[in-house]
Amino acid sequence: MPVQMPDINLVTMLPEILIAILGLVLLLMSAGQDAERGRKVNAMALAGVIAAAALTVVTANGSSFGGFFVVDPFARAMKLLMLLATGMVLYMSMEYMRDQKFDGGEYQVMTLMALLGGMIMASAGDFVVLYMGLELMSLSIYVLAAWRRDDVRSNEAGLKYFVLGSMASGFLLYGISLIYGTTGTTLFTGVATALSHGHISTATIMGVVMVLAGMSFKVAAAPFHMWAPDVYEGAPTSVTAFMAVLPKIAAFAAIFRVLLIAFPALQSHWNPLLQLLAVASLAVGAIAAIGQTNIKRMLAYSSIGHVGFILLGLTAHTGLGYQSVVAYLAIYIFMSVGAFAIILLLNKAGVGDEIEDYKGLGHKRPMLALLMALFMFSMAGIPPLAGFMGKLYVFMAAVQSGMMMLAVAGVLFSAIGAFYYLRIVKFMYFDQPAEGAFGMELDFSARAILTVTGVVMLVWGLFPGALLSWSGASVKMFQ
Amino acid sequence: MVADLVFYLFAAVTVAAALGVITSRNQVHSVLFLILAFFTTAGLFVLLKAEFLAALLVIVYMGAVAVLFLFVVMMLDVDFESLRAGVKEHLPMGLFVGAVILAEFAFILSGVHVDEAVQTNAANIPNTQLIGQVLYTKYLFPFEIASLVLLVALIGAVVLTLRKRKDAKRQHIPSQIARTRDEAVELVKVAPGQGA
Repeated sequence: MPVQMPDINLVTMLPEILIAILGLVLLLMSAGQDAERGRKVNAMALAGVIAAAALTVVTANGSSFGGFFVVDPFARAMKLLMLLATGMVLYMSMEYMRDQKFDGGEYQVMTLMALLGGMIMASAGDFVVLYMGLELMSLSIYVLAAWRRDDVRSNEAGLKYFVLGSMASGFLLYGISLIYGTTGTTLFTGVATALSHGHISTATIMGVVMVLAGMSFKVAAAPFHMWAPDVYEGAPTSVTAFMAVLPKIAAFAAIFRVLLIAFPALQSHWNPLLQLLAVASLAVGAIAAIGQTNIKRMLAYSSIGHVGFILLGLTAHTGLGYQSVVAYLAIYIFMSVGAFAIILLLNKAGVGDEIEDYKGLGHKRPMLALLMALFMFSMAGIPPLAGFMGKLYVFMAAVQSGMMMLAVAGVLFSAIGAFYYLRIVKFMYFDQPAEGAFGMELDFSARAILTVTGVVMLVWGLFPGALLSWSGASVKMFQ
Repeated sequence: MVADLVFYLFAAVTVAAALGVITSRNQVHSVLFLILAFFTTAGLFVLLKAEFLAALLVIVYMGAVAVLFLFVVMMLDVDFESLRAGVKEHLPMGLFVGAVILAEFAFILSGVHVDEAVQTNAANIPNTQLIGQVLYTKYLFPFEIASLVLLVALIGAVVLTLRKRKDAKRQHIPSQIARTRDEAVELVKVAPGQGA
């Protein structure tokens, strides 16, 4: 058999190549003795992320390595969201990392590698590539979660995430092996062709279920969410902010690709599962969060609830449904990054993670409290903020597809969830602050991130047209 | 016929060894049983004409992973009795999960339908050669990502364990090179009879 090289089309992979090379260069830089290397590495990482975002926008559609790597409007949109999220989190954590002595430079290398893994997942056209991207992302985040190694809770977070994540990877791999065994290919398009004509065996369906279970773990959809509160709470806040956004975008991109490109023939099998995941996540996100006293744990449950909404949009299977998913993801990133920026800022000033610690923030720092209230209202879905628009479009898609019951459940859980968001607002405005609390300086990066995320909340809430047309264009290929 | 006999021999030893792993009191014996299970599984792979997987199992699992397990068991002071303490309470749950997984396996096997088109190795090429032909060509991209995954694991292991100790003896090459004769050697005039 002659050796056949696949068509290698490096131009389509330029953003990934840039991030990979940047990661390796920064690794070499962080090996140096320069005391200022953390700052330099961070600046270079940020510049690289921005450059990669620009490259992502201009990359043409195409595929590389015989369909293993695909660039299409959806992949570009997801990569752009990931780059945006990573850039914002890196930028806002700069001061925090210096305070925490995370500034050796390896932290940024790990962040970039996780980003690279996520970008590969969004462009995967093959199960093997999907799995490798997932491992690259997960492994980097396991390490990041345990970064504060003298802190038992950070260690616990890393270890718990690692053990449970390995289990989820096992499920995913087993599912992939079943799919490969019955269809004879790992290429998404190949699987779709094999399934479109002929007999669909039980093993294939089991494979799809296992792949879905593995991916649900990564987005922390109930009932695969058990790890999330502990890991969110234990990890350093900058890492929590990162893992609240990046893995979710990447895993949702992968779920889109796997379900809609490889398994459109099995929609009647996986759609009920998605609906189950959606309702369970909505319920857990709304009800379990009520009893939380720690704000990071509360946001973990809140993110589970948001995952429920995104899954709800996905189960609609209409252009509007897919569009609402992408729009919701974009809104979620800004809400989440904004809320974590404030937590990070308060952490740096020695304020703890308990919700009680936020008592009286409204009296001491009215602007900060106003912004926090803005993010909380947006997460609760109160008009005229962006979070409301996201939920509105999900509900519209659900109703349009005749899923009345699911839409009603969504509204109901959304109303229950509003309680714990409002509780934070109550603590901030209606309780007296402790002596000498909240005396921190606002540095420029915090101001910039909070301004951007706050403005986005208002603009997308009042004028969602641009967001909707962008998200609509990115999912046109699935219709 | 002979192949059947060999299969049942390997299968029986694998099951027995697997039981040995979880039942033996001495954890070193457990690891040794595990190695035996790996070995007989490798035999099963040879019967399936998957000799590359068999070789991998022997080299990677028996040669590296099992030895690592032995190191952990013998070097770290893990209190295995305390780990074993909750077995009685957790046994029903464990058996239940095991039964569910077993039922799933049976379910999958009952419905297996393998397309003729899927079995592509008609040319009878040894599978080591087949893997060699695609690993650096068709699967070059995943292979490259695997290198980054390993790099991340490497950095992670160092970052999470490297401790900069104050009392560690460290070589500082610039100051070694910058040393001059004046600060390194001292000439002492010793009067006759006054030395020692």
